[in-house]
Amino acid sequence: MGKRVAVVGVGMTKQRSSRPDVTGQELINEAVRAALEDAGISRRDIDAVVIGNMDHFEGINYVDTWSVDGSGALMKPIMKLTTGGTTGTTVAMAAYYHVASGLFDRVLAIGWEKNSESDTTGAIITAFDPFWDRPIFAGAVAGLALEATQYMHLTGATEEDAAYVAARERRHALNNPYAHLHINLTIEDIMNSPYLSWPVKMGDMCPRTDGACAVIFASEDVVDEFPSQPAWILAVADRHLWAYTSDPYVNQALENGWWFPALEWAAGEVYDKVGIRDPLKEIDVAELYLPYSFAGLRYMESLGFCERGGGPALVRSGATDMGGECPVNPSGGVMSSNAIGATGLLRVAECALQIQGRAGDRQVPEVKIALATGFGGCFWSDVLLMGREMPEKPRG
Amino acid sequence: MAEERKELIKLESGEAEQPFRWSAGVYGSKFLTELRDNKRFVGVRCPRCGKVYVPPRNVCGPCFVELTELVPVSDEGEIITFTVVSFGFVDPSTGKQKPVPYGYAVIKLDGVDTYILHYLDETDPQKIRVGARVKAVFEEERTGSMLDVRHFTLLDR
Repeated sequence: MGKRVAVVGVGMTKQRSSRPDVTGQELINEAVRAALEDAGISRRDIDAVVIGNMDHFEGINYVDTWSVDGSGALMKPIMKLTTGGTTGTTVAMAAYYHVASGLFDRVLAIGWEKNSESDTTGAIITAFDPFWDRPIFAGAVAGLALEATQYMHLTGATEEDAAYVAARERRHALNNPYAHLHINLTIEDIMNSPYLSWPVKMGDMCPRTDGACAVIFASEDVVDEFPSQPAWILAVADRHLWAYTSDPYVNQALENGWWFPALEWAAGEVYDKVGIRDPLKEIDVAELYLPYSFAGLRYMESLGFCERGGGPALVRSGATDMGGECPVNPSGGVMSSNAIGATGLLRVAECALQIQGRAGDRQVPEVKIALATGFGGCFWSDVLLMGREMPEKPRG
Repeated sequence: MAEERKELIKLESGEAEQPFRWSAGVYGSKFLTELRDNKRFVGVRCPRCGKVYVPPRNVCGPCFVELTELVPVSDEGEIITFTVVSFGFVDPSTGKQKPVPYGYAVIKLDGVDTYILHYLDETDPQKIRVGARVKAVFEEERTGSMLDVRHFTLLDR
């Protein structure tokens, strides 16, 4: 049957454009020490560690081995995962599986990246096929621009609709002392920023960030040992649909209409498991992996927050602002901080803080249900639903 | 006591290079040799669902059956979506800055059910549209690479 699992401690570094004062291991250690302190436990209490980043951003493989002093994994079980942008949420899901299995009671999840150490776009391209993709593909910015062009063509959405999302994320980040960008960009500022890859402008994109995040997962048998209120994992799901970079556009445009099947399927699965029928009303806060502005329109549709094509009207209504029906990314989200291996785990950490009522100036009142997502590569998705009440049973 | 001068050292990888030798497989090789020798595109058809794949591969994901039937496909098609890249980045295939700006598109070749990525001969996004017809323009010197196609040219200007 398995164990029910809660987040009982979180730690994060301040997210910064560059951290030349620390090595990867030292950066990891900052987040781990913060998480252990937050949970009121020591390294000795941790039964296993799950860690993730994308090796090609630093060009140093096997972080699971070379970080053991800093991660606290010295002479403990450790598993390393790399799944692209979803790395941080995959690490969280793997830590959840470890504890839910009943084999481990207290598992430490770590996500980190030092994006300052390489050319992010060049490094991303190395994740793609050398024959069919690499000669043409221009990394995440351009891949997302292809999605934006298609979305605008199919829905009539505008660049200004997208700028509304980007401005919201930067406005929210002002409340988060850990966020990388603390710049109150207006819609006008974003519209006037230079094109990186038409129709995506500088102001529409996430930054490149150095940062780390650590989260402690505990079994229902031991949650009472921890000082903070448990933030329970209610259900998790993930979906992949990609072989070559042009494949997702096939799946989206031809077979399934024009939405985002990996996200829609994964979200649909967790909603079914938990019994969510009206996500906009029933979910109190969402920390979504929105790597650029247009995602904040289209992914709302795939998450069932509105009808297809309804993203622009939804965000312009204020429903996703602080004080709205379901605030999206009170932390400022990915468009304000993107240390890629940490990014998904930060979504989970932020949801935990919201459920525990410990999110400071970015706190949403009375959070009972929180939604975290991870986005990776060519449109694959991780989805985690978290809550204040212990679930009836663990749900894969 | 004078404040200690902080110097943070960085190690540059410079011109360091790690060579790889990748395999295209039987069907990928057939596709690339046809491109090189005959300026033709070929795909591979799924015996169960009938879907034609380019780039060719030996398995259909949804049906999970082996693909063996090569089929000729057109060097013309339509734009599914596009972008014009204007930011600079290091091309890992060359180690050099990629020349920008360049237009590229997700292209559906006639007779194919999947899409390919390729360059367009246009860098003004206002002159490109979803649904526009395009045709492959081949290089004179061809080596067995997707870049044996120089770019796709817009047919209805």
